Amino acid sequence: MSIQFLGKTLKNTMVLASGILGNNKDILERVHKNGCGLVTMKSIGPEPRDGHNNPTVIDLGHGIINAVGLPTPGYANMEKEWKDLETRDFPLSASIYGGSVEEYAKVAEFVSAQKPDMIEINISCPNSEKHGMIFGIHSQSAHEVVSAVKKVINVPLIAKLTPQAPNIAEIAKTCEDAGADAICAINTVGPGMVIDIEAGRPVLDFKKGGLSGPMIKPVAVRCVYDIFEAVKIPIIGLGGISTGEDAIEMIMAGAYLTGIGSAVKSRGIHVFDKVTREMTEWLTSHNCKIDDIRGAAHF
Amino acid sequence: MISEVPLIFSDKSHIMMKVGENRRENSEFTTLFFNSSITFKPGQFVMLWIPGIDEKPYTLSYFSENDFGITIEAKGVFSKKAAHLKKGDLVGIRGPFGNGFTLPDPKDKIAIVAGGCGMAPLSPLVDKIGKNAKNITFIQGARSKDYLLYQDRFNIEREFCTDDGSFGHKGFVTEALKTKIENHNFFDKVYTCGPEIMMKKVFDICEEHNIPCQVSLERYMRCGFGLCGACVCGKEIVCKDGPVFKSEKLRTMQDFNNRALLKNGHEVSMDEYFTWRTPEK
Repeated sequence: MSIQFLGKTLKNTMVLASGILGNNKDILERVHKNGCGLVTMKSIGPEPRDGHNNPTVIDLGHGIINAVGLPTPGYANMEKEWKDLETRDFPLSASIYGGSVEEYAKVAEFVSAQKPDMIEINISCPNSEKHGMIFGIHSQSAHEVVSAVKKVINVPLIAKLTPQAPNIAEIAKTCEDAGADAICAINTVGPGMVIDIEAGRPVLDFKKGGLSGPMIKPVAVRCVYDIFEAVKIPIIGLGGISTGEDAIEMIMAGAYLTGIGSAVKSRGIHVFDKVTREMTEWLTSHNCKIDDIRGAAHF
Repeated sequence: MISEVPLIFSDKSHIMMKVGENRRENSEFTTLFFNSSITFKPGQFVMLWIPGIDEKPYTLSYFSENDFGITIEAKGVFSKKAAHLKKGDLVGIRGPFGNGFTLPDPKDKIAIVAGGCGMAPLSPLVDKIGKNAKNITFIQGARSKDYLLYQDRFNIEREFCTDDGSFGHKGFVTEALKTKIENHNFFDKVYTCGPEIMMKKVFDICEEHNIPCQVSLERYMRCGFGLCGACVCGKEIVCKDGPVFKSEKLRTMQDFNNRALLKNGHEVSMDEYFTWRTPEK
């Protein structure tokens, strides 16, 4: 199952979604050892930020709603984490965010110097007052932020997109034109809201939150399908994958790699190994290779 | 959903419940009781949501066929609000979460070592193994007499320790445990909860004497089910892999009594962590 991606050899197509499980080397390494080809750090921002008060993450059964709110120690306060990560033996993607083009570039330049294998720019988080998503909705903003970050980093750049964009394929093409090396789609859907009718108020303290898990898979598949028709760079397909068959579906839509987030809850931290095994079984039983089915749903 | 009859609690959305009773344990601690049974293992926790305020993890401290309780130390904004909830006030409960303690074998001789609010998770354990009470050595400590939780609760001999000598032995529970072991008391298992530095000492004493130990850790939490990573201790996810950790795991956990994450994810020393967790009164 090993696969080349942006100059790195990954042991399989599994990617840990940003925001899941954290930033220290030990936990990222554990995810890698549980079958994840590429692990993504939680988004790193320009200043220390606590995120929102609880409740921040609720399992709705058919998926998860969250408004964790981009907690970050701030890019300049992670000396121990970066030092520990210097000795890693697994591929690492660092996710970053900012509130302006200048902030994105400042964080990106610093993070690039810490030598992750790639940088993912989060231009798509719905859970903050001013960070992120605005850049993923407007083509011009997306172009500005991708260009600015690309100029100051020495590693490949992945643009993480939001399904809230009126035309996600157009945003993806804009990011490709501005120098992005890959696209990651999608971030959470929404924002949505869940009201507890006994409490008579939204369950999340931030009121609104992003949706993930099985309920968003059709949206993610459609987005990846549209993006695949618009760009030549590889796509990390992410959103609602929890089984090998889900991952196969995402690859048929056009994904090059397959990301997992919420399924860490439903299937445990071993989910990466499980999904890879299920993909292999499916491919074997259908007597084909992953390259044979990538984008196969396009005709 | 709101109800006062037995409910099916889960790791998904909250079940909204009215507080059944607010019992003031002492000047620092309050127990909230809810009129429903709950299926759980001692050492597991629930997330308590006070709408409009916040949501925090609390281990279950009481259980019976028709109610359960959580014990709250009033020290921060949330816990002070929680301690002042009245009968009939509406809160949300998610859970139980986490692994809980592994119960001893019936023939095991065990020691329970509790410090301060560490009594809360250990008490249901004592309740569940109560019929083997002759095999329990129960050591409980606190700053002073007024802070000793559940003084009249168990029908089991307890050795009390207070830092100031206002009740029981003057000194620490760790010293009491060490003395017992050195006086040839043999234990098959030791269960402990309390300040992390205390649990580390208990663990070290157990290691020295080859006694399997189970400790219950505390970290800042968000999801409660091992997804968000707010509570990680090295590679261990405290809300999911823990909060109870056994000796074999503790030996590999360099961050035990060493490092913890702030709300923003910054990894800091335990001193810095506890300074944040314990606001000035």
